[in-house]
Amino acid sequence: MEHVTLLLAVVIATALVFDFTNGFHDTANAMATTISTGALNPKIAVAMSAALNLVGAFLSVEVAKTISGGIVNEDGIRTQVIFAALVGAILWNLVTWLLGLPSSSSHALFGGLIGAAVMSAGTSAVNGDIVITKVLLPAVAAPVVAGLAALVAARLTFRIGRRTDDAATAKGYRAGQIASAALVSLAHGTNDAQKTMGVITLALVTGGVLAPGSNPPVWVIVCSGLAIALGTYIGGWRIIRTMGTGLTDLRPQQGFAAQTSAAISILASSHLGFSLSTTQVCSGAVMGAGLGRKGGVVRWSTATRMAVAWCLTLPAAALVAAGAEFVTGQGTWGIVLVAVVLVAASASIWLAARRRPVTAESVTASPMTSEPAPAPAPVPGAQPARRDEDTGLGATLAGPAPAPPQSAAA
Amino acid sequence: MNIDWASVGSVFGVSLLVTVGLVGLFALGTVGLAKQGSAVLTSAAYACFALCAAAVAYGIYLIVG
Repeated sequence: MEHVTLLLAVVIATALVFDFTNGFHDTANAMATTISTGALNPKIAVAMSAALNLVGAFLSVEVAKTISGGIVNEDGIRTQVIFAALVGAILWNLVTWLLGLPSSSSHALFGGLIGAAVMSAGTSAVNGDIVITKVLLPAVAAPVVAGLAALVAARLTFRIGRRTDDAATAKGYRAGQIASAALVSLAHGTNDAQKTMGVITLALVTGGVLAPGSNPPVWVIVCSGLAIALGTYIGGWRIIRTMGTGLTDLRPQQGFAAQTSAAISILASSHLGFSLSTTQVCSGAVMGAGLGRKGGVVRWSTATRMAVAWCLTLPAAALVAAGAEFVTGQGTWGIVLVAVVLVAASASIWLAARRRPVTAESVTASPMTSEPAPAPAPVPGAQPARRDEDTGLGATLAGPAPAPPQSAAA
Repeated sequence: MNIDWASVGSVFGVSLLVTVGLVGLFALGTVGLAKQGSAVLTSAAYACFALCAAAVAYGIYLIVG
């Protein structure tokens, strides 16, 4: 670690921040239905998920060979390109979190890498075919696969239990749901924490600290595991609310069907050579399970906003990353400027979120469709009074649109 | 463009079959226990759970490996 430059230190810190946002963005995948069906108390659910994410980070020594799976040509990639990519991915994760929309953290990272690489080396740095086979096709397939499996499975549970009292079986289904949620958490820790380890290792290699092809040093593994676990424990309650109660209403057997379908689809896809995004699998499974009950409904307005967010993930992260790469390319002052903009943007998103907070206590209280009672102002006087615009931010996707050009211009 | 339709299809098939099979087994076990009937019914229910536990163990094996 003798030659850690300022840029390298900034990249490592940024990668850990991305890992953290990845954790709290994706808590919902494993725990949203577990919380909404009452299988686990919200705080215990996130604590369990965090612990399993941490364990997952240490489980596998097989590091992702490439962080982008061949989408971007990673040979000769420069450290600042990685930094710009992370900036794009983090900002998109935060914006979607503010809106309570589950979106794929991996796609955000891919988008960031694509944008930064194109700005840095031109379009030849990106493999368009792989974008389609690794990003677009899975995005369409994931909800269909997991949704259909969850739908059929949920129907089956109602059919098998049609002569049984719901109350008598609820406990069993809750236990099953916890087990499948645990599997999802573990798989998430192994996959996504490794991704950050891959990013940091790549940065260390490009910075000349590590020899090409090195395994991540132990401190990288420990930091990545801790960052994702901390993010998971903090809990992205806004996204948990959307997934747990905003999309549809789930009973214990549906929650169990959804979570099991998600766990199996994730494991099957990662071991049969066609990777699916955890977020998209879980969202699809929740919708499928929702439709699996007679009279069950999916709130298509929420589902549509989610789908729009999925379509925007890659281009939006790419645009921000391209802007960041352009600015960092101007020299040291550019890197400092991008870092300052990142911190300022993150802080303002966090402040905006505090105006209408969703906490462990209120996460199951009200579905997305009925707006919660005005929350008590957490920090009086800390923000300008623009209370009337809050609802607009939560209700429409138009909110984040200006963000990419802004950062690009910066 | 080279889309590996075979792996798309196998992910689809495996996810659907294993999910439905596993959830079905678990539902049978849960309902069997809830009915509090004969010893046969109860042991059949536990057998269902044992199979589910084996599936979870295989899942963990897949994650670790």
